[in-house]
Amino acid sequence: MAFFLESLFGGLMAGMLYSLVALGFVLIFKASGVFNFAQGAMVLFAALAMARFSTWVPQWIGIESLILANAIAFVLAAALMWVVAWLIERLVLRHLVNQEGVTLLMATLGITYFLDGLGQTLFGSNIYAINVGMPKDPVFLMESTFPGGVLINLEDVYAACIAALLVGALSLFFQKTSTGRALRAVADDHQAAQSIGIALNRIWVIVWFVAGVTALVAGIIWGSKLGVQFSLTTLALRALPVVILGGLTSVPGAIIGGLIIGVGEKLSEVYLGPFVGGGIEIWFAYVLALVFLLFRPQGLFGEKIIDRV
Amino acid sequence: MFYRENGQFKTSYRADQQIFPIDQDRWLVLALLAVVCLVVPALASDYLLRAILVPFLILALAAIGVNVLVGYCGQISMGSGAFMAMGAYMAYNSLVRVDGMPLIVALLIGGLCATVFGVLFGLPSLRVKGLYLAVATLAAQFFADWMFLRVKWFTNDSPSGSVSVSNLQLMGWSIDTPVEKYLFCLGFVVVFAWLAKNLVRSAIGREWMAIRDMDVAAAVIGIRPMYAKLTAFAVSSFIIGVAGGLWAFVHLGAWEPAAFGVERSFQLLFMIIIGGLGSIVGAFFGAAFIVLLPIFLNQSLPVLGALVGVSISTTGVAHAEAMVFGALIVWFLIVEPHGLGRLWALGKQKMRTWPFPH
Amino acid sequence: MRQIDMDQTGESGSAGGAAASAGAKKIGEVILDVKNISLRFGGVKALTDISFDVREHEVRAIIGPNGAGKSSMLNCINGVYQPQEGSISFRGQTFRHMNSRQVAEMGIARTFQNLALFKGMSVIDNLMSGRNLRVKSGLLAQAFRHPFAGLKWLGSAQQEEEQHRAFVENIIDFLEIQAYRKTPVGTLPYGLQKRVDLGRALAMQPQVLLLDEPMAGMNLEEKQDMSRFILDVNDEFGTTIVLIEHDMGVVMDISDRVVVLDYGKKIGDGTPEEVRGNEEVIRAYLGTSH
Repeated sequence: MAFFLESLFGGLMAGMLYSLVALGFVLIFKASGVFNFAQGAMVLFAALAMARFSTWVPQWIGIESLILANAIAFVLAAALMWVVAWLIERLVLRHLVNQEGVTLLMATLGITYFLDGLGQTLFGSNIYAINVGMPKDPVFLMESTFPGGVLINLEDVYAACIAALLVGALSLFFQKTSTGRALRAVADDHQAAQSIGIALNRIWVIVWFVAGVTALVAGIIWGSKLGVQFSLTTLALRALPVVILGGLTSVPGAIIGGLIIGVGEKLSEVYLGPFVGGGIEIWFAYVLALVFLLFRPQGLFGEKIIDRV
Repeated sequence: MFYRENGQFKTSYRADQQIFPIDQDRWLVLALLAVVCLVVPALASDYLLRAILVPFLILALAAIGVNVLVGYCGQISMGSGAFMAMGAYMAYNSLVRVDGMPLIVALLIGGLCATVFGVLFGLPSLRVKGLYLAVATLAAQFFADWMFLRVKWFTNDSPSGSVSVSNLQLMGWSIDTPVEKYLFCLGFVVVFAWLAKNLVRSAIGREWMAIRDMDVAAAVIGIRPMYAKLTAFAVSSFIIGVAGGLWAFVHLGAWEPAAFGVERSFQLLFMIIIGGLGSIVGAFFGAAFIVLLPIFLNQSLPVLGALVGVSISTTGVAHAEAMVFGALIVWFLIVEPHGLGRLWALGKQKMRTWPFPH
Repeated sequence: MRQIDMDQTGESGSAGGAAASAGAKKIGEVILDVKNISLRFGGVKALTDISFDVREHEVRAIIGPNGAGKSSMLNCINGVYQPQEGSISFRGQTFRHMNSRQVAEMGIARTFQNLALFKGMSVIDNLMSGRNLRVKSGLLAQAFRHPFAGLKWLGSAQQEEEQHRAFVENIIDFLEIQAYRKTPVGTLPYGLQKRVDLGRALAMQPQVLLLDEPMAGMNLEEKQDMSRFILDVNDEFGTTIVLIEHDMGVVMDISDRVVVLDYGKKIGDGTPEEVRGNEEVIRAYLGTSH
């Protein structure tokens, strides 16, 4: 039972990391109808930036405090994501405005490759560590109920709190600020939003920037846990099924979908894996998404897709 | 002046419907075939054959298969690598487990198994399209990745997980030298390109294109969407499966599942985007581009770097390659969504009026 | 080819149109019977209890102000929408839940208001796609198609393709679009695209042809041409025509009977003269203070 709880927690934590990446997908899709295949590459790029800036900043400015260095590195990385967002809107999105979804999808695939190459050219391709002061010690809970206690990682709990904060901040942003309202208007109807004077181009830059910051936070948490390395991109591919499950247009869907996938992967690996030779994690998320696609394509919380004649 | 249809009157529908209705085109293609079949094997170096022409031919074949599905029928597929893997492993198994299995039959069996796999994972296309279909095909890709890694039957219980074939025989001739490998692949490519071209200009091709352009209207004029989509998946995966078998047998010799991973799927997609969606000749252009670009970058980048005083390592070249690919994909999608194939057609159009401007 | 008098006021003018040849044309039995069709989209009632019939070989017009539900009616006949109530009979076969492909196979073809042409294909390919209903060659025969008459089985696909091509060429001659055969339809002007749309429907050899505003966006000359084509189709091939049209002059001139819809309800049914004098119809078009 203790083992089950551990697996459950592990799955929840992994799932929460997926949710962070999936959030970026949902944000961009809601506001611009573009499915951003490059979200994973953005996570890697942001994480690389953060990792390298945090080692370079002390060298450039010569400060001692780790916290200060990290803070400056964060700001720099976020600024870099702004530049990336601006460039993507200017060079890619603006020219593909009226194309169908498939073309845009292919374009984001191209952006993925480009960001991959660029990130590693700018920042190097070794494995880098991110140290933002997250505790690394394991903790044993519920030692009275279960002998030996249930092992959880304090770092994961911190990460979950940070993710919750991020979602909270995003919700506030969308509901309370005027920019947030504008974003919601654009998500609803591009043309109507334009007709009341909202500048679509600016909105898209903002959206991609917010998605970029989400990618940065996700990258920091992933990177702190696993080290910043190339496999992050493929891990982000694992987040695609999350948005299918949760619904492409739903922020709560991204969270819940991520948790379901995380738990599902972990538990199926632990309990079903031994029967089929292991390695189920590779395809579990995708096959689950496939099942959803066949019976409920809009996911758990998404809007029904209607094809008009 | 030279490339004109003046004077070439067609007096029957049959003549008008030929694959190459313009005389100059026909002569060009015949000359090309002569060069490709006779001159190249005689003159090309082993390196050229082994490292460039054979992979180019096999990838062009795979690209034709992917183009049938994505370019002609409009069904996005990111699982092409899995179909190649299916073709390769099933061809391997039929060669190894059945005594005296002829090589070509083994490859065709690989193709047929890929067809079954393709139709199965193509079923979601009856319910969803676009991005959602892309996710479904990715499911096929990752499932196949796992299956060929963990299910020992496919690798004939090989302890290392990788398999190999050697000593390929075709009716008593052994296919060893680069020239023989080149001609073997060439035979497959010519036959399959002809079959594919026939299909896309016939009724089924029009059904595919109708589904791509407007599937609601297609149903109204009596086209069966299910039949059209599933046949597209079937034909496409058959061709890709055979290409997979060729890739494994002729080009690689020994391989692991990683050779057919998701990067391969993306590579095939890039080929048809750059080469031109919905164009058989475009598949060749795309494959040539993808095969030649890394070699070009490998040679030129260090030189360019040296000129500027920057030393570029091999990983640096690999990263630059990724950047160039990515940028080119975006560029092509913006500037010429119909890829090099359209540029070729435009070029021919200009040739028609040359030396006059219009 | 017949000349049609259409003066600007939209009056029927001389009886030089369909009325005069009605005696020569044999209008047959009821071929299409629409009974009590009701269609709702959520809370919006698009059609309420509509019933009318269409006789074989006639030209039946459906008219009404914008939003009256005319296109929705065609969509129901066509299988694109499934009505919640009512039924449609075609040659005695009743159906309510047929899909559009089955309807096409039964012999009902249509054109679309917004042109549903296959933009990526040439004119001839678009027209040939209308023949797909009648293609008998299988996949393998098409793959191995070749022009050598010797090998009978495998050559059948080529022969069949040529037969279909001959049929489609007749339609091309009829619609006078020979010069545009190989052009991609997306590049053609609107009027020509409309003709290709009509041609593709004709390629299906339908018994009933549903035309959704075939003259929308055309000038007088183009309308005359299109009216000529429609009447010729009705005359030469005997095809029953059901058409939605806004131009009263056209409707009065070429149709045998008219159905009038307003706000999803039927408010008139009869010959053009009968409908023209109908109080309710006049009010629907001119509007009154309610």
